Amino acid sequence: MSNPLVDMEKPDVIFCIGTNMTETHPVAATRLKTAIRNGATLICADPRKIPLARMADLHLPLRVGSDVALLGAMAHVIVRDGLTDEAFIAERTEGYDALVKHLETMTPEWAEGICGVPAADIERAAHLYAGAERGAIYYTLGITEHICGVDNVQSLSNLVLLTGNIGREGTGINPMRGQNNIQGAGDAGALPNNYPGFQPVTNPANQAKFAQAWGREVDLELGITKVRALEQCGESIFAMLICGENTVVSDPDRAHCEHALDALEHLVVIDMFLTETAERADVVFPAAGWGEVDGVFTNTERRVQRVRKAVEPPGSAKPDWEIIAGIARAMGLGDGFPYQSAKDVFNELCQLSTTYAGLDWDRIDKGEYHWPVPDREHPGTPILHLGEFPRGRGLFVTPGYRDPAETVSDDYPIWLTTGRRLAHYHTRTMTGRAKGPDWLVPEELLEVHPDDVQRLSLVDGGVALMKSPRGEVLIKVKATDQSPRGTVFCSFSFGDVRVNDLTGAGYDPITDTAELKVCPVSVEPAGARV
Amino acid sequence: MSTITIDGQSVPFEDGETIYEVSRRLERDVPTLCYDDRLEAFGACRLCVVELEGARNPVASCTTMAADGMVVRTATEAIERHRKTLMDLVVSENPKGARIDPLRGLASQELAHLAVRYESDGSRFVGKQSGTSRPDDTNPMILRDYDNCISCYRCVRVCAEREGDYAISVANRGFETQITTEFAGLLEDSDCTFCGQCVQTCPTGALGDLRSMEAQDQPGEFEKTRSICPYCGVGCSVDILTKNEKIVGVQPAMDGPANLGALCVKGQFGWDWVDSDERLTQPLVRKDGKLVPASWEEAWERAAKGFKSVVEKHGRHAVYAVASGRAPHESAYSVQKFVRYGFGTNYVDNCSRA
Repeated sequence: MSNPLVDMEKPDVIFCIGTNMTETHPVAATRLKTAIRNGATLICADPRKIPLARMADLHLPLRVGSDVALLGAMAHVIVRDGLTDEAFIAERTEGYDALVKHLETMTPEWAEGICGVPAADIERAAHLYAGAERGAIYYTLGITEHICGVDNVQSLSNLVLLTGNIGREGTGINPMRGQNNIQGAGDAGALPNNYPGFQPVTNPANQAKFAQAWGREVDLELGITKVRALEQCGESIFAMLICGENTVVSDPDRAHCEHALDALEHLVVIDMFLTETAERADVVFPAAGWGEVDGVFTNTERRVQRVRKAVEPPGSAKPDWEIIAGIARAMGLGDGFPYQSAKDVFNELCQLSTTYAGLDWDRIDKGEYHWPVPDREHPGTPILHLGEFPRGRGLFVTPGYRDPAETVSDDYPIWLTTGRRLAHYHTRTMTGRAKGPDWLVPEELLEVHPDDVQRLSLVDGGVALMKSPRGEVLIKVKATDQSPRGTVFCSFSFGDVRVNDLTGAGYDPITDTAELKVCPVSVEPAGARV
Repeated sequence: MSTITIDGQSVPFEDGETIYEVSRRLERDVPTLCYDDRLEAFGACRLCVVELEGARNPVASCTTMAADGMVVRTATEAIERHRKTLMDLVVSENPKGARIDPLRGLASQELAHLAVRYESDGSRFVGKQSGTSRPDDTNPMILRDYDNCISCYRCVRVCAEREGDYAISVANRGFETQITTEFAGLLEDSDCTFCGQCVQTCPTGALGDLRSMEAQDQPGEFEKTRSICPYCGVGCSVDILTKNEKIVGVQPAMDGPANLGALCVKGQFGWDWVDSDERLTQPLVRKDGKLVPASWEEAWERAAKGFKSVVEKHGRHAVYAVASGRAPHESAYSVQKFVRYGFGTNYVDNCSRA
């Protein structure tokens, strides 16, 4: 997030797109509700009539995967109607003229034909957002889990730069990070392109820094993403260490993923449970988990916070860092892993990271710091991009609309979009074993518009057979107008409804993020299949 | 600058500050039952009354704005006698107050503590009770023990003001007052999201965390460990409750910077997997096609040997590692260092792309 969570109570216009925040980030959503109660206007762009859409002053029910058209048309209107922040554009951006030319044909009427949102509503959304004193954008995976995820983010970025809604309190472009420490995993350098602190691995100065710090030679080339690595299992990748991820269930195209892991000569898994992924491993290490280890999480607002050990782990389970150090020792690499505690590991990270350079284990005891904290005197950075962007001027880019990897056809005439449910987390490794949440939502349901239930000869509460080119699942139907006509929704949380057997038609070419939000399917009564 | 005099001490105040807020700033121990920092002041319990010079009657300090030149006394004999009478009235319909287990919720001891302070044992007034418990609501998370309700409305207000859910409300007046949901139904049939905020603000334990309460009969006290919720990226601060070296519950940290005391159903009630029988307790290695228990040394050797042999056969770019977005930094840092230090490659990623 460019801005801290506390800023969520401050905008006068809130634009939520591709985020079901009341279910996925419920506590952050309470802040938006406060802003709305205090008079803020909410625009919600989402194919479904999610709770935020019901709260919104303006709901833009776009067709799944058509965000670039909607956002491009909003930018078109902002330029056309003279709603831009000219001083901001002049002082802090570049590429404006190219954008204006690019937007010429992206009229609201053109966009309506693609995304299905009435042109008048697109115009109204543009006027509301551009007219804001403090306009803030919030998004989640509904923006990024597309073949055009980067285009979507850049389209949002254009809106921000056109209107100067960045670098100030209560504004910004705010991705809500999904996992407790997904931000921290990137911060810590678990990325194929960056060392800890987002220092590019291709930069010779960074290579020299890490080679010297560790006394080892480092690769001069980029690594590959996990998606590519899975594709190359059995071809060029023959061993994997998977730490705390149930890849088989959480990743798209489950069959492909299972084949990939089975093609390895050596698979080592570190986990708290014998997950579907761990079951395929050659060695499984029992991990100490939450409540059992000391450590650090960084949240979605870049706040660096301590987690603490409250109880002993079960049996002989150990913290991940100890397990990995043990493997390294057995390989003769023990010198690189001399840690006695989590504190030692974290402090090494701080020494090597530019964003954490001013931090150490003791300084984050109260969780006051938002990174970057470049030195010991620095107070932290709750709001990014105050006077300047990392590259200097903000660059307007010109993404064009592209269809999703697969579009509806005679064989697969329904759009499936997947997401989360409030009571559950990911593959239910945790919440499925928690009495309360499991009681609250005991099974997966396919949300189908009542008209579609009738049209497809389904029965509310009955079982449907849902197919894509990659697989099929049986799933119970729930009739609800939360889904629009022609689009169905479910989560991938339940092991008995293997929705990721169906997904995975395409990936964003830059980030390798899977298009989990769009998957054409057929839906029919299960009949004798039940 | 505007000043107010409290118990003889003259202090400046900010516009919009109440007498209660200024008094608390001065560490005056003004009692309350219906007050929660995060909520609009309500003025229902009247325990926070203070003497205000020039006013005929004591005023509720939580709803009276500080004004220039005010002279306030927070604990005169008359005020304390007044509070004692109020407490005797409140306790008269909640004589169980002193026996509420603190595992019910964060604020659950407020009434009991004040009952002790004002020596209110329920004997002075005897009569009717308000609030009827709902044993028919068999949800496994929130106890609705309204026999202990004192109609402070904190639950109703936190649900509306902080959560924006408006799932619960108040029906009737006086002794007939009842905290309820629409159509007086079960929580699961209402707009309740089971975030547990009502439980944690209840000052009497009329609402209780049923999961934590499972440990209330165990001997000993519980301890709290400050940590961060393990679920989404918001990073809510929590206190992990432990008793006899087991986790028995979670309470929100009111001073948590990301959440200011708020939690959701997962953070509040989704902790019991920690103690699941299905947790892995020892390393496993594959032998004859099956995963079987092994010693740590054996597992470490086996893992190391596998990586070494793949590197020998296929080169160092044949090894790949995936770090977790769920585990702490020290895990992800170790995974990437294992790859970069161990194999000299950048063949590492985390699970953010799916």
